Amino acid sequence: MTAAIEGLGLRAVRFVHHLGSLSLFAGQILATRVAPPFRLRRLVDATFDIGVLSLAVVCASGATVGAVLGLQSYYALVRFGAEESVGALVGLSLVRELGPVLTALLVTGRAASATAAEIASMVTTEQLDGLRMMSVDPVDFVVTPKATAMLLAMPLLNALFVTFAFFGAYLIAVSLLGTDGGTFMTSLENAITFEDDVVGCFLKAGVFGALVGLLATYLGYHSEPTSAGVSRATTSTVVIGSVSILVVDYVITALWGF
Amino acid sequence: MQPSPVRDFVVGLFVLAGLAAIAYLSLQVGGINYKGPRGFVLYAGFDEIGGLKPRAPVTISGVKVGQVDEIGLGDDLRARVKLDLDPRLELPVDSSVAIRTAGLLGDQFVALEPGGEEDLLRSGDELSFTENALSIERLIGKFVNDAGLDEN
Repeated sequence: MTAAIEGLGLRAVRFVHHLGSLSLFAGQILATRVAPPFRLRRLVDATFDIGVLSLAVVCASGATVGAVLGLQSYYALVRFGAEESVGALVGLSLVRELGPVLTALLVTGRAASATAAEIASMVTTEQLDGLRMMSVDPVDFVVTPKATAMLLAMPLLNALFVTFAFFGAYLIAVSLLGTDGGTFMTSLENAITFEDDVVGCFLKAGVFGALVGLLATYLGYHSEPTSAGVSRATTSTVVIGSVSILVVDYVITALWGF
Repeated sequence: MQPSPVRDFVVGLFVLAGLAAIAYLSLQVGGINYKGPRGFVLYAGFDEIGGLKPRAPVTISGVKVGQVDEIGLGDDLRARVKLDLDPRLELPVDSSVAIRTAGLLGDQFVALEPGGEEDLLRSGDELSFTENALSIERLIGKFVNDAGLDEN
């Protein structure tokens, strides 16, 4: 009985410890980001790994999600004779919620897990210790470019996801369901406002990018230097990252109303 | 990783594509107004504006000529709507304005109807002839009341 409560207490203390460790790590990343050397070449390479290599997944998923959304919205609205609002429904769902959240989840699964695995295996193979030997700060050299690249790539990938989703929905609505293309686009454009919807969309994407970048690099950097540690870092990144994204999404939506 | 010009080019393309998508979403879809206010301002007082919101379109014969800028309460405690219109418009002083609904359940907009006088309205003038928004509940209430009275 007491063992269970002890276990709970231990977990709670460890959780707070990790939270503090995470915050200090974030501070380290910020400090190395604003001070020279800026390592732009490393940043470009990281953007390639995280952004460009995620393009295929993001664009393909975007088009399919848009198509499904168009289909489901049509079936729901046609019963009320409101099928001209398909554009508005699809557009608002994508820009407000599905765009940022789904992009973040896809990128977490693909790029963040790869980042965590890469850094964790660097820990295991003592490459980070080697860097310290050469008096190169491993955070500045390895972690900060990846975290910054994640922060920068997320809004860009989000925009591409939403655009491809619009295209997928348009295709389905016009060619399969017979809606008028002009009505679709007008309804979509009229429903979405820049101030309320688009700003919120990219704000969320930026926050998710920072969150996932921080989590992936932290879990990789602080992993156990064993192969089990690498695998644990990778899976933790995906699991903790996904849940955090959804929780933070709720908090942002509730607090700022978009 | 060796620096590779192809890799750099691809990253540049990616960033460009992302920024283009952001621009499309902000300007075309979001409709951010980068033209600024149009300049020709008119005021209209209403007893009932219904669900009229700022940035609602202002139309003449169905063609959009401006948008609703601000909605406030005038000194006479009636709704005072500020309209921001295309400066090329020439509206006679007896033009009328009405709040209509697009379809049965659509958003509300302002419809302008030009009058026949020779004198034209200038920026900052107040429109004299206004028609309030239709309230469906009031109409139904009126219908029910009249039907009830008919029975007696």
